[in-house]
Amino acid sequence: MSAVADTHGHAHDAHGHHGGYSGIMRWITTTNHKDIGTMYLWFSFVMFSIGGLMAVMIRMELFSPGLQFFNPEFFNQLTTMHGLIMVFGAIMPVFVGFANWLIPMQIGAPDMAFARLNNWSFWLLPFAASLLVLSFFMPGGAPGVGWTMYAPLTAQMGMGMDFTIFAIHILGMSSILGSINIITTILNMRAPGMTLMKMPLFCWTWLITAYLLVAVMPVLAGAVTMTLTDRHFGTTFFNAAGGGDPVLYQHIFWFFGHPEVYIIALPGFGVISQVIPAFSRKPLFGYASMVYATSAIAILSFIVWAHHMYTVGMPVTGQLFFMYATTLIAVPTGVKVFNWVTTMWKGSLTFETPMLFACGFLFMFTLGGFTGLVLALVPVDIQLQDTYYVVAHFHYVMVAGALFAAFAGIYFWLPKWTGKMYNETLGKIHFWLTMIFFNMIFFVQHFLGLAGMPRRIPDYNLMFETWNKISSLGAFGMGLAQLLFLYIVVSCIRNGKPAAQLPWEGADSLEWTHLPTPAPYHSFETPPVVK
Amino acid sequence: MSLEQQNRRLFTRLAIVAVAMFGFGFALVPFYNQLCAALGINSVERAESAVNTQVDRSRTVVIELDSNTHNLPWRFRPLVSHVSVHPGELTTVEYEVVNVRAAPVTGQAVPSYGPQYAAEYFKKVECFCFTQQTLAAGEVRRMPVTFVVDPKLPKSISSIALSYTFFEVAGRGGQS
Repeated sequence: MSAVADTHGHAHDAHGHHGGYSGIMRWITTTNHKDIGTMYLWFSFVMFSIGGLMAVMIRMELFSPGLQFFNPEFFNQLTTMHGLIMVFGAIMPVFVGFANWLIPMQIGAPDMAFARLNNWSFWLLPFAASLLVLSFFMPGGAPGVGWTMYAPLTAQMGMGMDFTIFAIHILGMSSILGSINIITTILNMRAPGMTLMKMPLFCWTWLITAYLLVAVMPVLAGAVTMTLTDRHFGTTFFNAAGGGDPVLYQHIFWFFGHPEVYIIALPGFGVISQVIPAFSRKPLFGYASMVYATSAIAILSFIVWAHHMYTVGMPVTGQLFFMYATTLIAVPTGVKVFNWVTTMWKGSLTFETPMLFACGFLFMFTLGGFTGLVLALVPVDIQLQDTYYVVAHFHYVMVAGALFAAFAGIYFWLPKWTGKMYNETLGKIHFWLTMIFFNMIFFVQHFLGLAGMPRRIPDYNLMFETWNKISSLGAFGMGLAQLLFLYIVVSCIRNGKPAAQLPWEGADSLEWTHLPTPAPYHSFETPPVVK
Repeated sequence: MSLEQQNRRLFTRLAIVAVAMFGFGFALVPFYNQLCAALGINSVERAESAVNTQVDRSRTVVIELDSNTHNLPWRFRPLVSHVSVHPGELTTVEYEVVNVRAAPVTGQAVPSYGPQYAAEYFKKVECFCFTQQTLAAGEVRRMPVTFVVDPKLPKSISSIALSYTFFEVAGRGGQS
């Protein structure tokens, strides 16, 4: 992080006014959207490393059948915490980091609408993350209930469960405040002439994501609050003994949980919608249809939640409704994939690292979307529910979707952020290693799932051994490949070659066309005029 | 209105939405209960009952019930002369037996089938023929037979005759 501070230190010297603090206090007190964006990005990398370490531990245990390293309780804690940390600690903050860095620059605003609130939104996160990780050291350990925290298992956990619930509360508060900030910034702070339909698509996807967050994060907060009062204050929301219903928890959770899927995916779509046109040297194909498709996905995401729970015993009419609504989402998603591909059509394409990750995203995310369609079908889902097929499916959309988009975005904007160029060769190697190892981990899990291997179990039948070994080896490789990523970023910041003013020929949003590289500490104090 | 005021107003509105959605999460609880009650779809509250899914409703087999006694002073008859069943369906029929002798008598029923090869498809779950029956003097008894016709029954068989013959078991409360 000191390396990043250095970069900004130069900007600081040049401009000579911010805050008046130095060292760590500068980061604690900063209200600058670029500083906060940087902190979000590093925070999510730290959480990504912790969550990734847990993933490697999970795959170590699953390398061979039988119990090797961990007892089943600890294995459950690992899968639970891996999910929670990756979703709430890594993927969501990384895109908030992008939003902080880019939205003010892309709409021609001097900063976020609520700069101090922005600081607080970030600084809630380390505390929430500490609560999550500390729950491992509580009596009874971290909760081993799965990241979905289903009742009635949540009633049985030790103190770690309460730590997790409070962590979710704080993370949710951070997300809601951040989202309100983003919505206000986008709606009120645009430069003159920057109409909504002229905004870069990244801003659009974040505007819609922020609305989703404001709508559903409080519902999750409600669900975990009910869990908390069930545990300690004698309520029986989910306790059948007192007239409650555990299935109700699943309904409330997935009312949050499905929009959450798009909260994770949409900003990634936004990043990809910036990267692909830049390296195709063509404007994005079907801009307006992209905006409408994003909105349609967001609206539909509210009426499909029960496809996560086909097997709870709901009536066939309900299953049919949720099946049709879910398959309907393939239409706007298909529009987006079509538009990305059509943007590349007859473009003068080059394949630098950001574009490689964007192409990887396009292939792998679409594959994840297809397995999602397979799982949307009730009769198939009843067979595949809670198998590794589901694990493979959602890692294709979470890792190859959201994470690849984040990598694409980081390589794309790293020159703008730091003023330095990363090592292109190493970047490409990082892409290919990630791509190959990712598929090694998760492609084979489709086979395991179809053969009936259940998820969240530390032991398995001997017949699953070969694919599990391949999957585990892939996981170890993928983990090591991310160390290369860290090296690439750090060496870029420390001793990268100075980047060109416009390192990517086809990049055309305001941060590229109206601001120098690296972006100055304070930008657009006088708003640009957008034609 | 200054930009700052506009921002604050939007903040307030969005914060109200967030608080309202927190309430909405709790509102889902009564909504869920009402919806389940109105539509009767909460399977958690419904008592479980086992359902036989192996019934072949595409065809019907007539079971003709017959009864005989062999040198036994009993009146022995089925309560119905025939029943129509679907293969795979669990069915119970009853026979009535009356001991007309003024002394206890023990008997053993032996089943036979027509056609004979239907026997392997006729699965008796409960039958008075499984044990010896002792009737007191003048006693009247109703005795059940619970059976399933195997769905693998050849299509050519459309009726099965089930015939019981009671034999006296000598030396067991009988006089002969």
